[in-house]
Amino acid sequence: MEFNYEVEGGNFAKAGNAASSVKKVLKQLNVDPKVIKRVVVALYEGEVNVVAHAYKGNIMVDIDTERIFIKISDEGPGIPDIDLAMTVGYSTASAMVREMGFGAGMGLPNMKRNADSLNLTSKVGKGTVVELTTNLPK
Amino acid sequence: MSEQQFYHALKVDEDKCYGCTHCMNVCPTDAIRIREGIARIRKDWCVDCGECMKACPVDAIYVEQDDFERIFDFKHRVAVLPSVFIGQFSKQIQESEIIDVLHNLGFTHVVPAEATVDTINEAMLDEYTSDRDKPLISSFCPSIVRLIQVKFPGLVNNIIPIKPPIDSTAIYYRQMLLDEGNKAEEIGIFYVTPCASKIATVKDPVGESESFVDGVINMDFLYNKVYHILNNRNQEATKESKAVPYVTPKGLRWSLTEGESSHMEGRCLAIDEIHNVIKFLNKVENDEIINVDFLELRACDQSCAGGVLLSENRFLTVERLKKRAERIEQNNGEVNFFSFDQKEYIKQNLELGKIEPRSMMSLDNDMATAIKKMERVRSIMCYLPGIDCGACGSPSCESLARDIVLKDGHISNCVFMQRMMEKTKKLDPMHSIRIIEKTWGKDRLDKDCYKKGAKNEGI
Repeated sequence: MEFNYEVEGGNFAKAGNAASSVKKVLKQLNVDPKVIKRVVVALYEGEVNVVAHAYKGNIMVDIDTERIFIKISDEGPGIPDIDLAMTVGYSTASAMVREMGFGAGMGLPNMKRNADSLNLTSKVGKGTVVELTTNLPK
Repeated sequence: MSEQQFYHALKVDEDKCYGCTHCMNVCPTDAIRIREGIARIRKDWCVDCGECMKACPVDAIYVEQDDFERIFDFKHRVAVLPSVFIGQFSKQIQESEIIDVLHNLGFTHVVPAEATVDTINEAMLDEYTSDRDKPLISSFCPSIVRLIQVKFPGLVNNIIPIKPPIDSTAIYYRQMLLDEGNKAEEIGIFYVTPCASKIATVKDPVGESESFVDGVINMDFLYNKVYHILNNRNQEATKESKAVPYVTPKGLRWSLTEGESSHMEGRCLAIDEIHNVIKFLNKVENDEIINVDFLELRACDQSCAGGVLLSENRFLTVERLKKRAERIEQNNGEVNFFSFDQKEYIKQNLELGKIEPRSMMSLDNDMATAIKKMERVRSIMCYLPGIDCGACGSPSCESLARDIVLKDGHISNCVFMQRMMEKTKKLDPMHSIRIIEKTWGKDRLDKDCYKKGAKNEGI
């Protein structure tokens, strides 16, 4: 079952809307609250990344009984050095974004920690695609 | 009592209810449906917040209470009285006068519900250094505890498992009377409740096997009695009040917004009104809000001063209570109710049993089936108009779609769908009237000049 959400770049007031919607869906599907928490935390971080760095983005969530797959694609500046971006504490967020309490350099590392697998591809000047998979216990 | 049956204090008077949807639209847990013209409350979804009762234009939703005369079944009749009761009276009326009136009405003891807050506060502060999930959430408001159980099951472990003041006060006074040599069956503890959820929780406590009180008296009922007596008393005969304060300033403020959070450590927030709480907990669940240590969450606007069974305006009640607390502080009124041993006894009886999650959100226990059901909900949503008018008897199009899938509704309950089905001759107009009557009751759409707002209202 597929769900799609649009993400508006720069609008922090709406960051978290997709995460909240997905949470509501997962609760209705009787997914273990601990799993829901991991999925939602990872997705929220991804959403904030799009809002903070990209112009616009799309979130696709596909759910079946085996796993929850999330694909976050954005049109934005892209990531020149992915290894560096995955480093805890490394951030390219603007001063304005930091002032709002974001941009601590925890986004991608936190997503990796909360998902069972994270796959990141990026083209500088085009955009970034992050794929998160969370396996569901049998 | 079976696992899925919960005691609820909120009842619908079927003679008064005319199915106006006000309650259905304000219910924060979507627990209300209209069937045959009457509001029906889904027991396992309801958290007893009382929003429906506040919204009802014809007082059809009421709070069940015990018969006042029942207090006389006991030799020792204890009223456990929350401070907001006192807060409703103007400053000219001394606390001791109010308590005298309550004694005259038949109570042998009047004890402040917040008597044990100091000990509770100490135990809560101990939790601050424990490894419990942060933010810690207070168990003070029973509606909030129930809300977390049904809507935020992932947060039940954040609730501090410490009994709210009313419970520990009731337990303590019962023990005190027993220690004085009184017989157990002669002691009757009655709680004067400001809200529906307190009743539900004393009758069917979350995390406990039995109740600590013998009966519940609605605060509005008692307020009217006391107010009437105080208003008609002989002013001259008023005796000089005793200088003993009724409860500590902290106890007076405890049930107000920030009553708890101002005495906790770390980063503390106080949030009142249940819809505000829901929005905030949504963020807490997403980890959008971090580094908060303690949450004081109350279902009513202005906390207990906004309880559905209070008679006086909630803002006045808050102001008056704060002023009373300040006056005690100015008079340097040290209030020390309990000895060290008494405090130890209270402390030993503070632990709350396990609070279990009981999510009402899931479409099915089996995930594969739940996915199928959700796919059906989403395809039904392709047809429903998305107007959320409530004319189907469900609070929104999406809840109707869920009701259909859970076999408590039909797509033809939607008045717009009926119109579309009539257009394509799939539904006979007489049949759609019968469908409407099923939701709204027979003859509901007939001309009636006596209904609320119509020309003969009140005749």
